[in-house]
Amino acid sequence: MLINVPETVVADALRGMAAAHPELTVDVENRVVVRKDAPVAGKVALVSGGGSGHEPLHGGFVGPGMLSAACPGEVFTSPVPDQMVRAAAAVDSGAGVLFVVKNYTGDVLNFDMAAELAEDEGIQVAKVLVDDDVAVTDSLYTAGRRGTGATLFVEKIAGAAAEEGLPLERVEAVARQVNENSRSFGVALSACTTPAKGSPTFDLPAGELELGIGIHGEPGRERRPMMTSGEIAEVAVDAILEDLAPRSPVLVLVNGMGATPLLELYGFNAEVQRVLGERGVPVARVLVGNYVTSLDMAGASVTLCQIDEELLRLWDAPVRTPGLRWGM
Amino acid sequence: MLDADFFRRWMTVTAASVDREAQRLTALDSPIGDADHGSNLQRGFAAVRAALEKEPPATPGAVLIQSGRLLISTVGGASGPLYGTLLRRTGKALGDAAEIDERRLAEALRAGVDAVMQLGGATAGDKTMIDALLPAVDALGDSFAAARTAAEEGAVATTPLRARKGRASYLGERSMGHQDPGATSAALLIAALADVAAEAGAGDE
Repeated sequence: MLINVPETVVADALRGMAAAHPELTVDVENRVVVRKDAPVAGKVALVSGGGSGHEPLHGGFVGPGMLSAACPGEVFTSPVPDQMVRAAAAVDSGAGVLFVVKNYTGDVLNFDMAAELAEDEGIQVAKVLVDDDVAVTDSLYTAGRRGTGATLFVEKIAGAAAEEGLPLERVEAVARQVNENSRSFGVALSACTTPAKGSPTFDLPAGELELGIGIHGEPGRERRPMMTSGEIAEVAVDAILEDLAPRSPVLVLVNGMGATPLLELYGFNAEVQRVLGERGVPVARVLVGNYVTSLDMAGASVTLCQIDEELLRLWDAPVRTPGLRWGM
Repeated sequence: MLDADFFRRWMTVTAASVDREAQRLTALDSPIGDADHGSNLQRGFAAVRAALEKEPPATPGAVLIQSGRLLISTVGGASGPLYGTLLRRTGKALGDAAEIDERRLAEALRAGVDAVMQLGGATAGDKTMIDALLPAVDALGDSFAAARTAAEEGAVATTPLRARKGRASYLGERSMGHQDPGATSAALLIAALADVAAEAGAGDE
C-alpha cells in the first residue's frame, strides 16, 4: 500500500487534498472539508459524510452545485457527531442544513446524534437517508438497504436545488425523490484491503466473483464462477429492474469500485446499455467512472435513477467539485 | 463499596485489554464486517485512558459519563454511539454518589444496556453486543465473576446465530458460523470489570 502508517491515512489524504484544491477549506485536524465561499447567503447547505475509502465520495463532491461540506471518518467507519456539527455550523447561512446519510447503522446513529446537537445550537436540520442497494432483499432482518451509488445522484441533484435557492423542505423533498427512484447493484472481482488489516477483508479466489456486494469490503450475497462483462451486466440490470420498473428515462451510473480500469468500465457500460435497450428502458444520461469506490476492490456497480424533466434539469445544472465538474 | 477510582481502573483495564485483543477483534470483524473493530475501539479507549489520567472525575457516574462522551467523539461507526451510550447512560443512572454498592451498579448497567437496545434496535439473539451484555447484567446480581462468565459464554454463543443488525446482517445466512466481534468486545469490557473487582476484593462479603 502507498501509505506511511495506517493510523495517518485519512489525515495524510486530507493534507494532500488541501494542497490540490485551494478552492476548498480542508480542516485536517477536525476532519471537515468545506467549500471556501460557505456559508452562501440565503441558500440551504448540504452536508454529507461517511467512512473514508470511497473517494471521491464525499469530500470530492464538495463545491458549488453539490455538497457544502463533507465529514470523512476513518476508513469504512462513520465520522463522529462532532465533525458533522462543526460542518453544519460552518456552512449554515440560516437557511438550514440537509444531512445526506447513507443507510448504515453507524452513519445513521452518528448523524442522528449530530442533528440533535446542531438543533441545540439553533441550526435547522433535515435528513435524507440513501438506501438504494437492491442486493439487500430482506430488510426486515437486516439493517435495511445500503446507501451506495445513488448517493452521487442525491448529492448532485439536491445540491443543484440548493444552489437555485430552494427552501430546506423543497431541497429535502428533491433528495428523497431521487433516492426513492434510484436502485443499485454491485459486483466484486476481488476483495479490498483496509490499511488497518493489511490483507484482503474476505477471501475471493481468482476465477470467482461475488454478486451483491456493498462498498465496505463486506462480502455479498452470492458467489459464482467468473462471468463475462455481458453476463454481469444482465445480472446487475435485471436485479435492479426487478425492483424498479422505469416509466420515464433513467440516469445511469456505471461505477468502478476502485481497481477496475476505465477500459473495462466502458466495455461494461456498453453491455449495460445493450441490456437496458433490450429491456426497453430509455436512457437520459450516462456517467462512467470511479465515483463511489471501495478502496482497491475490483468490480463495478450499476445505479439507475428514474427522473422527470425537473430532475434532469437539476442533473444538468452546473457543478464544480474535484470529483464532478461540468457547465462552469 | 465502589468509588471513582474503581471505575477509573475499570476503564483503564478495559483499554489495556482492547489493546491486547485488537487484532483478534479485527480478525473476527473481517469475515462478517469490515475489519476495523479492534482499531476503532483501541482509538476510543486510548482517548478515554488519556483523559482519565489527565483529570480524573470525582464520582463513579462522572467517570463513566466522560468516558462515554469520549467514545462517541472518537470511535465513529456504530460502536462509538453504542458503547458511548452504554457508558454514558450507566453513568447517568449512577447519579452523583461518591461511592456505590454492587446492587446499584447492576441496576445502572441494566439501564445502560436498555439504552443501547433502544438506540440500536437490537434484542437478544440478533448476534450483537447485546448477546454478551444481557446475560452479564442478569448474572451481576450473583457476582462479578458470574457476570464475566455469562458475557464470555454469551459471546461464544453468537457463533451459530444469523446476524439481524449491523453490517453482518447483509450476509444473511453466511453470517452464521462466526463469533460476533461486538459481543466479543462487550465480553472484554465485562471481564475488565470482574478483574478490577477481584483486585479490589469487591463482592466478597
